[in-house]
Amino acid sequence: MTAIVIENVWKEYGDQVVLESVNLSVETRAFVALVGPSGCGKTTFLRMLLGQEKPTRGRILLDGAALPPEPGPDRGVVYQRYSVFPHLTVLGNVMIGPELRGARLLGRRFGAARRALAEEARSMLAEVGLAGNENKYPAQLSGGMQQRLALAQALMMKPRVLLLDEPFGALDPGIRADIHKLMKRLWNEVPMTVVMVTHDLREAFTLATRIVAFERLRDRPEERLRYGATLSRDIDVWPPRIAGRTTIYDADILPGQDDLTSLGHSFGTTRQTGASEHATRFPHP
Amino acid sequence: MRLINRHPGRAARLVLGSLPFLAIVLVYLAASATRLADNPGDKLLPALSSFARAIETMAFTPDRRTGAYLLWSDTWASLGRLWAGLGISAVLTLIAGLAIGVLPMVRALLAPVIAFVSMVPPLALLPILFIALGLGETSKIVLIVIGVTPFLIRDLSLTVASLPREMIIKAETLSASTWLIALRVVLPQAMPRLIDGLRLQLGPAFLFLIAAEAISADAGLGYRIFLVRRYLSMDIIFPYVAWITLLAVAMDLGLGGLRRLIFPWWGMEGRR
Ligand SMILES: Nc1ncnc2c1ncn2[C@@H]1O[C@H](COP(=O)(O)OP(=O)(O)O)[C@@H](O)[C@H]1O
Ligand SMILES: [Mg+2]
Repeated sequence: MTAIVIENVWKEYGDQVVLESVNLSVETRAFVALVGPSGCGKTTFLRMLLGQEKPTRGRILLDGAALPPEPGPDRGVVYQRYSVFPHLTVLGNVMIGPELRGARLLGRRFGAARRALAEEARSMLAEVGLAGNENKYPAQLSGGMQQRLALAQALMMKPRVLLLDEPFGALDPGIRADIHKLMKRLWNEVPMTVVMVTHDLREAFTLATRIVAFERLRDRPEERLRYGATLSRDIDVWPPRIAGRTTIYDADILPGQDDLTSLGHSFGTTRQTGASEHATRFPHP
Repeated sequence: MRLINRHPGRAARLVLGSLPFLAIVLVYLAASATRLADNPGDKLLPALSSFARAIETMAFTPDRRTGAYLLWSDTWASLGRLWAGLGISAVLTLIAGLAIGVLPMVRALLAPVIAFVSMVPPLALLPILFIALGLGETSKIVLIVIGVTPFLIRDLSLTVASLPREMIIKAETLSASTWLIALRVVLPQAMPRLIDGLRLQLGPAFLFLIAAEAISADAGLGYRIFLVRRYLSMDIIFPYVAWITLLAVAMDLGLGGLRRLIFPWWGMEGRR
């Protein structure tokens, strides 16, 4: 089944064409990594999936229906920064989604409903490895812990699609490997489709089922305004990762050694199913 | 070691901080002593003993006519006006500042007029207020409200507008309505800034209060200062000024402490 269909989407800001004729269908439960040079429109693309921006041309379908015109709980998001609320404790950050959904007047739960929700939130925090930090404020957490919190917060809403914009880009390598492990597990266990923007190819190969590259095919200075980036490569990671099942490459996950690249051999071969025959190079991470 | 790298310790900071105060007192005492030596009847720079006597009369002796302790009844009259004015301003600011910061439609409607009104010199409005609202409490409170609210609203709506867009989008993906975003995301992050805004406006608020009391009142700190001015009673004016300053400092510290108590997360990130 197809979760997201992007049909001939263009995005222009005034005279500037940012994205042109993007076509893509994403299967349900896929984990798509979106790569491309800085400024090529990855964040813009994610904003359109969120409903924060409208395509100038073309359309986007979500589970067969037109994408709602504004962000909603069916599409969760984690950014590199500002993903959690600084004025709420860790527990409060995880509880706020269901609270906002359930209490439309005050946005707060009380009594038994609150206790049940807090219980649910605690187990979610334990799930992402934040047990024991319930009463801290985000500013008291490390960068990696903040991103774990952001994931927990988003997952409480059980989104159909999780959108990630360079969520781990600011983390140190060791911490990033740990959170990759978590991300992989969450994707396996939670029935959701993931689209992740990254500039780290290694991260893309570690996590994704499919890697999509955006690139400007015409990038001479006089062409920059008139031509945008488009989808230049579309690669299925091989051997295929299937949500809920481990591949031979994931099977040998040892404790603390989830990052395939840390096992000392290369991260699988790739099979190009490419939409384009252009002789393009991947940008180096 | 370079001077920019030399930091005073705790004790040194305390000593350094109290030096200017000490200097002010010493300069005053010296000046007062010289003038009094020339002319024992001098009223301009009274000796400490005159202050003590004045404070005794104003604060601890019932007034012969009314039986009230004047310093305290003046203080309560003034603080009542000040707090009423600041309280009303705070409520107006929360409503307007939040609406302007959150709703693009309201911003388009109100931001220009508030930017314009905040440039009207409030004291120039005082005669109009006295004519329109009479000489009672209302006009004094309204002057404070008019004087500080436009600044507070602009300050707060700028703060709200500078919240990262990502945070608002995030709230939308957590199913928040516009109302819930305002209530649970924006309001709590605006409150600490409102408190700091109020602290910054304490000075102007006292200015407007004293100006209004000077012109028309029957009690109040400003009223008393301008009343005894006729008799050149510096022995009363100086303690009153010191008392007003002390009240303002205490309110500033109190509001700061309140903010730290209720919003412990504020400023933790070090980016504010
Ligand atoms: N709101 C906007 N208005 C005008 N131009 C924009 C806006 N948002 C992004 N752009 C432009 O679109 C291009 C792509 O930006 P972005 O999607 O952030 O790139 P990426 O995330 O791939 O680094 C950039 O040239 C940027 O200047
Ligand atoms: Mg980006």
